[in-house]
Amino acid sequence: MMLFMLLFSRQGKLRLQKWYMAYPDKVKKKITRELVTTILARKPKMCSFLEWKDCKIVYKRYASLYFCCAIEQNDNELLTLEIIHRYVELLDKYFGSVCELDIIFNFEKAYFILDELLIGGEIQETSKKNVLKAIASQDLLQEDEAVEGTLRDIGLL
Amino acid sequence: MAPVRGDGMRGLAVFISDIRNCKSKEAEVKRINKELANIRSKFKGDKTLDGYQKKKYVCKLLFIFLLGHDIDFGHMEAVNLLSSNKYSEKQIGYLFISVLVNTNSDLIRLIIQSIKNDLQSRNPVHVNLALQCIANIGSRDMAESFSNEIPKLLVSGDTMDVVKQSAALCLLRLFRSSPDIIPGGEWTSRIIHLLNDQHMGVVTAATSLIDALVKRNPDEYKGCVNLAVSRLSRIVTASYTDLQDYTYYFVPAPWLSVKLLRLLQNYNPVTEEAGVRARLNETLETILNKAQEPPKSKKVQHSNAKNAVLFEAINLIIHSDSEPNLLVRACNQLGQFLSNRETNLRYLALESMCHLATSEFSHEEVKKHQEVVILSMKMEKDVSVRQMAVDLLYAMCDRGNAEEIVQEMLNYLETADYSIREEMVLKVAILAEKYATDYTWYVDVILNLIRIAGDYVSEEVWYRVIQIVINREEVQGYAAKTVFEALQAPACHENMVKVGGYILGEFGNLIAGDSRSAPLVQFKLLHSKYHLCSPMTRALLLSTYIKFINLFPEIRTNIQDVFRQHSNLRSADAELQQRASEYLQLSIVASTDVLATVLEEMPSFPERESSILAVLKKKKPGRVPENEIRESKSPAPLPSAAQNNVHVNNSHSKLNNSNANTDLLGLSTPPSNNIGGGSNSNSTLIDVLGDMYGSNSNNNSSAVYNTKKFLFKNNGVLFENEMLQIGVKSEFRQNLGRLGLFYGNKTQVPLTNFTPVLQWSAEDALKLNVQMKVVEPTLEAGAQIQQLLTAECIEDYADAPTIEISFRYNGTQQKFSIKLPLSVNKFFEPTEMNAESFFARWKNLSGEQQRSQKVFKAAQPLDLAGARNKLMGFGMQLLDQVDPNPDNMVCAGIIHTQSQQVGCLMRLEPNKQAQMFRLTVRASKETVTREICDLLSDQF
Repeated sequence: MMLFMLLFSRQGKLRLQKWYMAYPDKVKKKITRELVTTILARKPKMCSFLEWKDCKIVYKRYASLYFCCAIEQNDNELLTLEIIHRYVELLDKYFGSVCELDIIFNFEKAYFILDELLIGGEIQETSKKNVLKAIASQDLLQEDEAVEGTLRDIGLL
Repeated sequence: MAPVRGDGMRGLAVFISDIRNCKSKEAEVKRINKELANIRSKFKGDKTLDGYQKKKYVCKLLFIFLLGHDIDFGHMEAVNLLSSNKYSEKQIGYLFISVLVNTNSDLIRLIIQSIKNDLQSRNPVHVNLALQCIANIGSRDMAESFSNEIPKLLVSGDTMDVVKQSAALCLLRLFRSSPDIIPGGEWTSRIIHLLNDQHMGVVTAATSLIDALVKRNPDEYKGCVNLAVSRLSRIVTASYTDLQDYTYYFVPAPWLSVKLLRLLQNYNPVTEEAGVRARLNETLETILNKAQEPPKSKKVQHSNAKNAVLFEAINLIIHSDSEPNLLVRACNQLGQFLSNRETNLRYLALESMCHLATSEFSHEEVKKHQEVVILSMKMEKDVSVRQMAVDLLYAMCDRGNAEEIVQEMLNYLETADYSIREEMVLKVAILAEKYATDYTWYVDVILNLIRIAGDYVSEEVWYRVIQIVINREEVQGYAAKTVFEALQAPACHENMVKVGGYILGEFGNLIAGDSRSAPLVQFKLLHSKYHLCSPMTRALLLSTYIKFINLFPEIRTNIQDVFRQHSNLRSADAELQQRASEYLQLSIVASTDVLATVLEEMPSFPERESSILAVLKKKKPGRVPENEIRESKSPAPLPSAAQNNVHVNNSHSKLNNSNANTDLLGLSTPPSNNIGGGSNSNSTLIDVLGDMYGSNSNNNSSAVYNTKKFLFKNNGVLFENEMLQIGVKSEFRQNLGRLGLFYGNKTQVPLTNFTPVLQWSAEDALKLNVQMKVVEPTLEAGAQIQQLLTAECIEDYADAPTIEISFRYNGTQQKFSIKLPLSVNKFFEPTEMNAESFFARWKNLSGEQQRSQKVFKAAQPLDLAGARNKLMGFGMQLLDQVDPNPDNMVCAGIIHTQSQQVGCLMRLEPNKQAQMFRLTVRASKETVTREICDLLSDQF
């Protein structure tokens, strides 16, 4: 099971955090600080896995963003790398060549997409098509509501 | 303006831009505080906020939280959003709650109510939002509230696939916090059968759930094995087009495959059914075969996904540990990865091999890669990979390659990363101890460790080397010599001074014969380090010095000068001051005897698990030697480190006293003593006394009264006449002994007034304290009674106690005395040592009072084998290949008394022509020397 996922920039700014275990806020901050420092200090050719406390860290850098996951001792490291990759693919498809700014300005979308991919730290849907379909239907609902709202505002409904 | 998707909240985008435009941290904080104040006032005052505005402000709060600021309001507004009928508002409400609300919030009841409503919704998108929220928060309250709905959603035929997926993982989350949420009974099989679901996404989610359920209750869910194996087999043999979107970079359903392989690892053996097992093995082989096929894509995603499945398959193979063929294939595959250009693969291959090294089937295979692994340890650019290589070397180490691996680790340690040095030091120390056949090698390794990485040698490591040297006499002389040499280095680590100080203080005398390491030289060498050391080490050195005064009286004044020094006697450090003054007075006032007693060599340490191993286990829970597992399974089992110690100790200390180590209370069970043995048909009491009569069988005289032979054995018939038979069983440990006397009435009438009385003077009792239990005064015809005696050796003594037995038989008073088999040699602990240390000690014990010699005529005919047998029962260690003359017999042992331990050496030289023996005994105490010589003379 994945314990948490952190997205942070090369400058060490946290862009997204998703915790699948209940940690106190203080601990979350401490973990984040430690991991960001540790990972930013690593060189490019280094191994993507590291032992950390009683769990394993799997991380990968995409452009200016680091994706970092903590998994349990028995979890599969390579496949965790591919969870990250699948997530990046989904973001990319949704935003159309995703960049850090997309995630900053649409952080809530980034969360929604992640929630379709993983629930409670376990993979829910590995099919890219199915996840995108779910997100699209969310957007559709939103747009309907927006149109409805506008119509109501101008007195047409 | 940055790109905004969906319905877009302009205000939010503006705010985010503002923050990004802040030039300084202060400006950012200012902007945030302004916004927080704004939102707070909006939430407080404006009752007419519409859903959109609420959503926007809640979103801003979320963003501020993500920037790392604490948010302490807005929760109520977020909860309000949950009941909005607009999806986008609801969704933001749920997001805020999942990010910012913790399990025990007082809002939870309100949240639960909203979730309830959404779960009832006909719109699956709403249901999913609710499920995701439960999975995110997953409190006990939620488990109670939804324990009915969610399982129903999961197995109901009407539920949409996407909802089923969420329901499965939601249930898993709740199950983790409240295991009782899962209904049993018919639900079990319905849940298991989700493995057959058409929809791959449903199967994937369900497999995670089932994995957790199986862990809790493996038997109830055993049915999942067959389904999992066949599902896995279908996936693995599918072509990559079969599974459409569930194929990931040409790999069919890697996530599901890995999950199924994980699920199967919950069972061992995975299955009892031959057919299923065959299918599983076939599947595992297919996975191994596919690893050899050329890649279908150059993309790293393809190789990662493919190898993820491969590694999980190998995990299952290792877990089952029953298919030698698969284990060897797995090992070969991993061997190939060791030189792959992907760092990740090399890392994982090393890790997996650590586990393979613990299997009896693949341990040898793994060893074939030793060279590459050593190279990895030295050459890898990434420290975590080097660390993994060290772990693997540790795991693959056995008696055969220990010297080489330890040497390589020592070499590497000189340049190793600081971050892994401490752990490496522990590992080297453990391996050296575990696989030492020659303890001089062990001492060398540890001293090298201190030399190379002294800063990383924890206390446990240097404590341990001292424990081992103290406990193993054969290495003491060597250790003294080696530390002495190591201390010659101009700069040596403080830990070296500690070990050196301790060892020379105990065993410096063993090398004092050499003028290059004469007492004064040793002392000056140690003292040259004194001023550079910490107070703790100085304190240790002061103790060494006082021990020197005992060992080497000739340098007493030099040492007293040091104690007297201002810096010691008036040291600001209380410990140093106390030691200096007390040791000084002790050295002035105490007589040689008192000094010798107070400063006696340290007693040996209790053998137990190496404390170093405990440290390593603490550092790396779960990663420390599963070696034990392998060893217990391997065809030639090697004892684990802990058992090893005990084992070695047993074999050398109690070689000829096989029952001495059993519980002292275990007297009633006949010991498996192989001294004696043979026919035991001449007594009616045999059954009770077991085999203890054996050695007596060739002696048919009606009265046996030869306690001398009990010098060499602990059990047997002590006395026998026509009325009474007395058998004895005894056990000794350290300075304690326990005897059982068995009185058997051989007559047809009762023996009355039966009273055994101990004859042992009060003066003697101060040296050997014997306590005797009372017995019944009447010994019935044909009956046997037992009397227990305990003995505690306080100081060495001569002779042995006697027991006077009186009783009435047919009206006549009978009385006789029997010597008890309680001579001082019973408290011997045999001591193994090699020729070098034997003769070093022999020479050391050359004082007039330390020697005793007798020449006596041999029993006819001169029987060397018989003499050897007797000596083996005497309590000392009979040492082979020590004396250059093979006919000579030499022995070594330590007599345990409460007050001290007396080392004792013995040599028995036969002269075949003259039919004579010459017996020489040397011991550190005069009385012992004489007593042992007296006991043994004329016995051969």
